[in-house]
Amino acid sequence: MNMPKKLHTPKRFGLLLVGSLVLLVVCMLASLAFGSRTVGWDELLDGLFRPAVQSYEADIVRQRVVRTVFSFMCGAALGVSGALMQSVTRNPIADPSILGVNTGAALFVVVGIAFFNISTASDYIWFALAGALLTAAFVFGIGSLGRGGSTPLKLVLAGAATSAALSSLVMAIMIPRSNVMDQFRFWQVGSVGAGTMDSIMTFLPFFIGGIVIAILAAPSLNILALGEELATGLGVRIGTLKLIASFAGVILCGAATALAGPIGFIGLLAPHLVRLVIGADERYIIPMSALTGAILLTFADVAGRLLGSPGELEVGIVTAFVGAPILIALTMKVKVRGV
Amino acid sequence: MTNQSIQPIIHNSRKRRQRTVFVTLVLFALALTLSATMLMLGNTIYPVADVIRVLFGEQVPGASFAVGTIRLPRMLAGIFAGLAFGIAGTVFQTMLRNPLANPNVIGITTGSSAAAVFGIVVLQASDTFVSIISIIGGLLTVLAIYFLSKGAAFSIGRLVLVGIGIQAMLTAVINYLLLISRQNDVGTAMRWLSGSLNGVKMETLPPLMIAVALCLPVILRLSRQLQILELGEMTATSLGVKTNQTRVLLIVASVLMLALATATTGPIAFVAFLAGPIAKRLVGDGRSTIIPAALVGVILVLAADLIGQFAFTARYPVGVITGMVGAPYLIYLLIRMNRRGEL
Repeated sequence: MNMPKKLHTPKRFGLLLVGSLVLLVVCMLASLAFGSRTVGWDELLDGLFRPAVQSYEADIVRQRVVRTVFSFMCGAALGVSGALMQSVTRNPIADPSILGVNTGAALFVVVGIAFFNISTASDYIWFALAGALLTAAFVFGIGSLGRGGSTPLKLVLAGAATSAALSSLVMAIMIPRSNVMDQFRFWQVGSVGAGTMDSIMTFLPFFIGGIVIAILAAPSLNILALGEELATGLGVRIGTLKLIASFAGVILCGAATALAGPIGFIGLLAPHLVRLVIGADERYIIPMSALTGAILLTFADVAGRLLGSPGELEVGIVTAFVGAPILIALTMKVKVRGV
Repeated sequence: MTNQSIQPIIHNSRKRRQRTVFVTLVLFALALTLSATMLMLGNTIYPVADVIRVLFGEQVPGASFAVGTIRLPRMLAGIFAGLAFGIAGTVFQTMLRNPLANPNVIGITTGSSAAAVFGIVVLQASDTFVSIISIIGGLLTVLAIYFLSKGAAFSIGRLVLVGIGIQAMLTAVINYLLLISRQNDVGTAMRWLSGSLNGVKMETLPPLMIAVALCLPVILRLSRQLQILELGEMTATSLGVKTNQTRVLLIVASVLMLALATATTGPIAFVAFLAGPIAKRLVGDGRSTIIPAALVGVILVLAADLIGQFAFTARYPVGVITGMVGAPYLIYLLIRMNRRGEL
């Protein structure tokens, strides 16, 4: 199994890795430099490397560092989460937003704000994780009922229906409570602008944990891709593997959603872009999806700031604009059994 | 065939017709009651006599304003939007032979809504122009879904997937437009994302009313052909139905109504999805569901609006209530279809 990969992956992979890293650095620098107040190269260096320099621009750059790191983490988490979900469900159209996991997290956050008076990042995260896990279980459950297990159509429909049901609940809880609405509306648009040092620290354990599990699970996921029977024959415990991998996927996207709000389509896009270039080896797809997700999200964030200036366009809206056409393109390629 | 052998068939057919007539009458009575309730109920409850006097143009202190200016447009908007969503929903579901293939799930109403918001926010257009734009938006969405899902192997599954993708994008468009317009107060957002009867004015109603008055007869005239279309392309053609012409007419008429209803009230969630299946359950197989579905649409919108206004301490827009009913039903339908292996 490793043979063919070893033949062609390294050459392309090295190139891709270097390319992505360069791209990532460019995006991150752009994220530091652009915004409602654009700063020059010198001020950028001042802010980053010369703590002694005190200027307005340098302060802006220092503040943008947090935002940039935060968007890097969210993007990476969403990218890996998408890769895991796609590989576990063996379904190209899997993404936390399409499967309704984001809305589940949103509902629980609203419940938390409304009934449990939560207000800090570390509170949000537990509610969002619980919501994400329950919703994922529910959607996967419905989506894999019946003949043929989970198909793209079943999963997407289950996700869309669940999402619609949950967002009605969100509205029902929110409308009578204007204070909840105010708090929630900031969160709900999906933005990395609100990221603080506090949110980064809250995110970190989940981020590392999720990514480590994903990387460890990658070789087994490769075997799973050969088909469930074959994988069982090769000694993979399918149930456990799927459970752990989807758990990691949900933790990653749930934590990112808790802190940044629902951001769609990064999880869909990143793994597909990676697969286009390096093929189907999960051991490469997962780390590269992290990189690509980070690039995409950081780029979308910068684009949102430039397009929306003098204010900013929330990154969730930007990713939906770009991501939805890709979703449509994918549905045209997917095999759908006639209904 | 002897006369005797077809006796039971005739008998059954008569029984089914009787059932349809009965169901239709009950639905009509229910819709009427709900409409009357909408006029009577509010902060102040006016007796029937006062309401009737207002409707006949008499000046009644207090009631004239509350009933005539606030409640009457609200009721009319509810009725006509209900008719439009109910009819258009069942036309699509029947034509594509699948309850999932309805304007809510595949995003046609979202298309009209996005276009309406575009007209209001970016072009700052007049009401008439907004109506026209939302019709164009609806038709473009239909065309986009059609061409994107046509491909080599058409299936309703692909159509639904493409529709969901288009919907995701259009929702982002609506969110973006609301954001740049600085109009993203909750009321406006609710209207364009899930539908609301709040603040409907008499002046905005005529386009929708005219569209329903024009399109309903067209669709009713085609109802026979629609039923035959449901049997499949081949059967329909061999029974002499001009399938393409019929389809285009049905789609244009439905989208016209949908778009104008959406421009007036926003895309009231899931009414177009729910009305058809409920009507079908009530009248049974083999009967045209257009009129019953239209009435069910009206009942859903009016009942949901009444519930939203009066059942809770807070006031909910109609779309939140229909969403809470419609989305679980969609989940139920999916579970049932999955179990039966229909997906």
